Amino acid sequence: MIPLLFGITIISFTVIHLAPGSPVGVQTEMSLKASAQARENLKRLYGLDKPLHIQYLNWVKRFVKLDFGKSFVDGRKVTDKILERIPKTLLINVLSIILILLIAIPIGVLSAVKQYSLFDKIATVFVFIGFSTPSFWLALLLMILFGVQLGILPISGFQSIDTSGMSTFERILDIAKHLILPVSISAFGGIAGMSRYSRSSMLEVIRQDYIRTARAKGLSESRVILRHAFKNALMPIVTILGLSVPALIGGSVIFETIFAIPGMGQLFYASTMARDYPTVMGILVIGAVLTLLGNLIADISYALVDPRIRIKGRQ
Amino acid sequence: MRLITVTWKRFKRNKLSVAGAITVIALMIIAILAPVIAPYEPTAIDINNVLSPPSSEHLFGTDDLGRDVLSRMIWGSRVSLRVGFVAVGIAITIGVIIGSIAGFYGGKVDAVLMRFVDIMLTFPTFFLILAVIAIMEPNISTIMIVIGVTGWMDVARLVRAEFLTLKERDFVLAAKVSGASNLRIIFRHILPNALSPVFVAATFGVAGAILVESGLSFLGLGVQPPNPSWGNILTAGKDNIEVAWWLSLYPGLAILITVLSYNLVGEGLRDALDPRLWETEEES
Repeated sequence: MIPLLFGITIISFTVIHLAPGSPVGVQTEMSLKASAQARENLKRLYGLDKPLHIQYLNWVKRFVKLDFGKSFVDGRKVTDKILERIPKTLLINVLSIILILLIAIPIGVLSAVKQYSLFDKIATVFVFIGFSTPSFWLALLLMILFGVQLGILPISGFQSIDTSGMSTFERILDIAKHLILPVSISAFGGIAGMSRYSRSSMLEVIRQDYIRTARAKGLSESRVILRHAFKNALMPIVTILGLSVPALIGGSVIFETIFAIPGMGQLFYASTMARDYPTVMGILVIGAVLTLLGNLIADISYALVDPRIRIKGRQ
Repeated sequence: MRLITVTWKRFKRNKLSVAGAITVIALMIIAILAPVIAPYEPTAIDINNVLSPPSSEHLFGTDDLGRDVLSRMIWGSRVSLRVGFVAVGIAITIGVIIGSIAGFYGGKVDAVLMRFVDIMLTFPTFFLILAVIAIMEPNISTIMIVIGVTGWMDVARLVRAEFLTLKERDFVLAAKVSGASNLRIIFRHILPNALSPVFVAATFGVAGAILVESGLSFLGLGVQPPNPSWGNILTAGKDNIEVAWWLSLYPGLAILITVLSYNLVGEGLRDALDPRLWETEEES
């Protein structure tokens, strides 16, 4: 996992620094008076005058102390900037993962148990539409419907602008109202994917011999499905959940921009626009770390779900 | 040749996939004939007709500069098509090369390359794409390259897996014994047999690339106005969300239908090309 992490930092660093255009250019292009000398000074200030590998080593030296440097834009510590944004992004992503699991798994299991039934067919159609719908478009349509036409849900921000007169409960309710649309939209595509995976995973398990055995020894159908089949079908589902973390985090750029939620995605967008290298690097690395964590959690849940792994360890 | 007939025979059975294929072909024709069938110039500004709702004159209404939305959508289909195919072409080229080398040589080479694939898969892809595009000039070629360069990992894994099983087969041994070079074995003997899953992945890939392009153009990082793309018409839709629903509805529907069609074709191809499903008639 640690080598993986360093691979990630090397790739991020190369991608960002090899691209044409420098932060010094962006900051000075508006003022014609910035002399060559001033540019040089700025470059030295940011450490951009050194060769790339030295810049990288300097970055790593700070990175091991969890210091991502200071933002080129406002001089604040990148760690602080990211930390104040991350809870909102995480909250939305965790909520949408919960929503995905709550809706997708029952759909998938039911489609598999009643394969080729009307329910299965409708679910399949939904899955294909879910895969193919651009999430930002769905966001626009729901904003028009609930925000503009019906006027019952707020369409931007994480909370109301003025929350001073509210009690704690009202504040939570206020945030909840703001999050209904973003969370459902970020979950939408995931529900389609996850229900498909749970369906095929369930189908695979249902054909196994031990299911026939369970039926043959006279267990009730619900016990066969829930205790014998479903528990085994959970394994691939857990893997997919771990693998879908990058897509969820990546998607936060789009819906945080649409709904004007001040989270990590929006910060990332703003930072790339301003060529704020330290912040962009910080978010890329943290995004990748979150993915690694997602995979780690998936591995651990593997052990919880599958006793064979607990005993033998993974090969 | 026989494979194509058999594949088509099996593909035909899935009515939805056939409908998808017809839509895909229709969309290609629309894109090619854009200059002929678009009722207006896609960039012609008409200040007297700003944000007019759908009517017989402007079937899908006009945008905030009075440009005909239908015409912009017809021209925009060219963007989607180009991005879809070129990006996937790049992804497949990289994926096939890396996957073949890893699968054929195995050992250390394989370990290093697959580690690289793991690292690439750990990035939130959209972050990586966004970083590169924002830093470089956002235009259609940048998008195609970046989507391609960040989307080859699945193909590499598929090709590698095929190579791992195929390289043990007798015909490969026969080729080796008759003195064929490694390159010849890889490209002439193994690769043609490993291509079916690549075709399927490519079809799904086109769908994915079209989605990503529209998202980027929507964020202002893709095709730049006044050039039309489905994504950037939707940006106008967002800016006028309170007054002009047609700006949001139609381009999104176009994306949905296009992506759905490619996905349906991909699904049909997958079933048609999967030999495990040739004998029995179950499983979707």
